Amino acid sequence: MGKVVALEGNQAAALAMRQINPDVVAAYPITPQTEVVQEFSQFVADGLVDTELIAVESEHSAMSACIGASASGARVMTATSANGMALMWEVLYIAASARLPIVMALVNRALPGNINIHCDHSDSMGARDSGWLQLFSENSQEVYDNLIQAVRIAEHLDVRLPVMVCYDGFIISHAVECLEVLEDDIVRNFIGELEPVNPLLDTDRFITYGPLDLYDFYFEHKRQQMEVYPTAKQVIVGIGKEFGSLAGREYGLYEGYLLDDAELAIVTLGSSAGTAKEAVDHLRSDGLPVGMLKLRCFRPFPNTEIAQVLSRPKAIAVLDRSVSFGGFGGPLFTEIRSAMFENETSPHLLNYIYGLGGRDIDVEDIEGVYKDLQRVVDTGNVERIINYVGLRG
Amino acid sequence: MPTLKELSRKPELFSPGHRLCAGCGASIVVRQILLATDTPVVVGSATGCLEVATTIFPHTAWRCSFIHCAFENVAATISGVESAYRVLKRRGRIQKDFRFIAFGGDGGTYDIGLQALSGVCERGHRMLYICYDNQAYMNTGIQRSGATPCGAWTTTSPVGKASAGKRQRRKDLTAIIIAHNIPYVAQASPSRWNDLVTKTQKALQADGPSFINVLSPCPRGWRYESSETIRLAQLAVDTCFWPLYEVNHGKWRLTYRPKEKMPVAEWLKEQGRFKHLFREENKWVIEQLQADVDRQWETLLARCEG
Repeated sequence: MGKVVALEGNQAAALAMRQINPDVVAAYPITPQTEVVQEFSQFVADGLVDTELIAVESEHSAMSACIGASASGARVMTATSANGMALMWEVLYIAASARLPIVMALVNRALPGNINIHCDHSDSMGARDSGWLQLFSENSQEVYDNLIQAVRIAEHLDVRLPVMVCYDGFIISHAVECLEVLEDDIVRNFIGELEPVNPLLDTDRFITYGPLDLYDFYFEHKRQQMEVYPTAKQVIVGIGKEFGSLAGREYGLYEGYLLDDAELAIVTLGSSAGTAKEAVDHLRSDGLPVGMLKLRCFRPFPNTEIAQVLSRPKAIAVLDRSVSFGGFGGPLFTEIRSAMFENETSPHLLNYIYGLGGRDIDVEDIEGVYKDLQRVVDTGNVERIINYVGLRG
Repeated sequence: MPTLKELSRKPELFSPGHRLCAGCGASIVVRQILLATDTPVVVGSATGCLEVATTIFPHTAWRCSFIHCAFENVAATISGVESAYRVLKRRGRIQKDFRFIAFGGDGGTYDIGLQALSGVCERGHRMLYICYDNQAYMNTGIQRSGATPCGAWTTTSPVGKASAGKRQRRKDLTAIIIAHNIPYVAQASPSRWNDLVTKTQKALQADGPSFINVLSPCPRGWRYESSETIRLAQLAVDTCFWPLYEVNHGKWRLTYRPKEKMPVAEWLKEQGRFKHLFREENKWVIEQLQADVDRQWETLLARCEG
């Protein structure tokens, strides 16, 4: 057991980074991530880590430097948000394709038009097809725990993929919460040493990274890359269990909250899961059969696991903190709906877009969603599949 | 400075069999530069002719560790490699010494990669950046870049009734990098191989960032016979269009002075991309180019003597 401290989410992330003491961190400041870089820079200045900190001139260069350092055989971390992630977009794919185990803290923020520095998941969702693994966090505790596990997941020899640990800008990043932290040596023993695979800094065996890959091989390489994601699911579960035995907090691909006998369910990501748990408790005390599925792992997407765990509810609302302009529903909704298609049961599936640009969602909002679901079950009638919650007018 | 004979006996890190064009200046530049290295190197390349023609999967022309990431970021990518090297050495996880060389064409350096290169210079990574400047986006098929001279035909600065080729002057990238006050900056040409090899060795010895801008004639883009590459490179030097000089820890030095400064038209007339400039109505462009060369040469001389 560790000790309990009160920290902001960004401080929790920086603390995890201090304990990990990566070889290289390359990062650029952006709200609401800035504090992570600031805190970590102070750790470097105070000699608490001996990381090479590269204070780059853009996020594109941050990820490019991470790629160079990781390909050299170093343990590498970075952090960003929104536009910063968007500027990295080109090189995110390259990091994943080169199978480089980079770990990123992504402090979720709206990706504008019309500048907005507050939380939504449009940045994560823009990178969902890049090949990175994506873990979402409900609170500062999970930010801390996920970052430590992410190092192990990324570097696992059966995975070797970059991992982004996502957490809600301001809602988590700037809120002080109590969390339990591990001793430095426990973290260091848990993550162990990085085992370099095909490092550039090897005089015995030269390697060429990033070759020109044309129609005669490219397709096979992409197909090979697809193979790793089912394995990554198992590794994430395995490491989540191992972490559980160490810290007393076990992690899987998702967390079900009073889901076993639930007839009405909400699926969500990030901090709103905490709000939803509160709503579930209220409604359960009123006798309503409600439950919640919090998805921790969005990439790889646990489609079969979700289909199984959601086989009982008669109506399901998927909460999306981002939109897919011109698409049918938000990104999480389309994935869940697709996963459910193979199920013999066919529950009503509704989508609720919420919280864009940091708009708050409260317990009553979520209770309202459950009540909608109850109405759908009672009447058998879905008025609208795509809905908005917390929207004026 | 090794003799040519000694250089010819060194193992080559850049192997034959790559698919760069016959007469490609870049391949000659890369060979000369890699022959100047004695310590193991990690090479990076921006997207461009050099990268696509030397790493066609499953082949590679690089007998050293090599990384290509994207177009605009070779400087940043190699800065990551160099940072990893420093920390891994400090932490005792590697023992051997390495040097780091990033190659970018003029598109990847003057234009889209300028920010990343500037960042590297400011942060002080110990690495050598080589711009092989063939004065246009040759890999995508001869489009104008910030390095294309005024008056040059390219596919995006074509010649027509209303156009005499590229309207704007080229930017002086070497001067931009000099303004970063890094330990070593130079301009070089493959026609003066001993000068280029010496500059490479000085650059690799510098305790910080170094940059060499190397003129790299392109038979396809410049429109000349592929056997003429070295002669055209030397003509650019002898006309003072491409002076050879270095700024070593702030000290300017001319490393080659042409016996006789030739008119810039002597270099232009050898290249199909400037053919239209010799029509009566376009002669003002040649005059302007000559005036620019004269002024820049005088400025350079003053700096080197001062």
